[in-house]
Amino acid sequence: MRIGVLALQGAFREHLDTLRAIGVEGVRVREPADLDDVSGLILPGGESTTMRLLIERWGLREPILDLADRGAPIFGTCAGMIVLSRDIAGDEAPILPLLDVTVERNAFGRQLDSFEAELSVPVLGDTPVHAVFIRAPVIERTGPGVNVLARLDDGRVVAVRERNIIATAFHPELAGETRFHRLVATMAAEHDDPGEGSGRRPHPTRRARSTRLAR
Amino acid sequence: MTLETSTWATKKGLAQMLKGGVIMDVVTSDQAKIAEDAGAVAVMALERVPADIRKAGGVARMSDPEMIVGIMDAVSIPVMAKARIGHFVEAQVLEALGVDYIDESEVLTPADEHNHIDKHAFKVPFVCGCRNLGEALRRINEGAAMMRTKGEAGTGNIVEAVHQLRDVLSEIRRLQAMREDELFVAAKDLQAPYELVRKVAADGRLPVVNFVAGGISTPADAALVMQLGAEGVFVGSGIFKSEDPARMANAIVQATTFFDDAKKIAEVSKGLGAPMRGIALEEIPEQERLAVRGW
Repeated sequence: MRIGVLALQGAFREHLDTLRAIGVEGVRVREPADLDDVSGLILPGGESTTMRLLIERWGLREPILDLADRGAPIFGTCAGMIVLSRDIAGDEAPILPLLDVTVERNAFGRQLDSFEAELSVPVLGDTPVHAVFIRAPVIERTGPGVNVLARLDDGRVVAVRERNIIATAFHPELAGETRFHRLVATMAAEHDDPGEGSGRRPHPTRRARSTRLAR
Repeated sequence: MTLETSTWATKKGLAQMLKGGVIMDVVTSDQAKIAEDAGAVAVMALERVPADIRKAGGVARMSDPEMIVGIMDAVSIPVMAKARIGHFVEAQVLEALGVDYIDESEVLTPADEHNHIDKHAFKVPFVCGCRNLGEALRRINEGAAMMRTKGEAGTGNIVEAVHQLRDVLSEIRRLQAMREDELFVAAKDLQAPYELVRKVAADGRLPVVNFVAGGISTPADAALVMQLGAEGVFVGSGIFKSEDPARMANAIVQATTFFDDAKKIAEVSKGLGAPMRGIALEEIPEQERLAVRGW
């Protein structure tokens, strides 16, 4: 199993390092052919305006939307969250509208307002996530199918999941945090082998009747 | 939940987000918009590009705050601005304006011939120039959260940038090959703190992001330094002194992403018009060279 990391611009090396740390093979993705044998995709932090330009210029939009459509996990951090949002505050056109949310860019202000915090992310367990926010976005609105994974004390949403799409406003890859990547790897493995855990136990010697299983 | 602002991770982290990107010098809000639309990851707001500073002579200082704020309002990407080497009050002013990064830059006339700014004392992160590993580690020790090799600004000539980047990276490789007990003397020779030297030897790279500046004026120039090991590029005069700045800017962005793909570099290099007119290094008298500023 291989997980792609969009490597057009930004902190993609840090994501590849994190994948290596959990024993998962990561591959750089810069053009459509790089997506051929990946089971999931990570969109790193960087500048969303630059990524938008490069995604459009090199025809990555449709192939990534197809990958998401097939159910492969897609995980965006910071700029990656902006790239995945259906609505971007301020009437900017969406880039890969896969998450039913409205995102606000640079929601905390400028670099002087960048910060670190211990963030509770219940779905990852009791140990808080050490979250680094750099000129970070915030989710202003979530659609009905969107699960909120983490909020700041003031209630602002900074991590979400909608089916196979996960996004965080902060950077787990800068803090040695591997749990999000493990989650993505688990989802990717499940995507590769949808039979896992489904309870099908074919007889060891008799061939299964394909007509029944096909349903 | 306590929120801690201006930590080392956030200072260094912003530079990590700029990697693989192009930071462009701009002198007006219009140029800043052109740069943003062409895919710049950040802009450097200044009154004159280095080529014009070189031509104008005299003392080059921090830019007019009004002009910097105008650029900050015009674009959504990070805005950097330059302070003179050692001029910590210019840096205080830039911090008060809320710029995203300060460049303590040899392109401006130094304000202190002995001391650089104590960059730990600031909440805003700093990028500094270097010519070799020792200089880079001294700046990082003073608190720089990002480095760039200096090149020779305003010349459109890549030769110094290549020379300095090769120096920094080959010195790192040399450290990696050393025995632990040889690193003490290496630190003495580099005139750099032992702890940083040891870290560089262990990691095989600088503890902060390292860009290249000074002399990049074509897509191939950008790809050259990226293949040599740069993590991103600053382009000063190379964009707005070229015939078609928007196209040149965009082509350099593409070539920085696809730095190891010659076919794509060829494709984006077609029909860009004339790049900036360059200066051979031999034509610049020793005392007019900018890279020797800083120590």
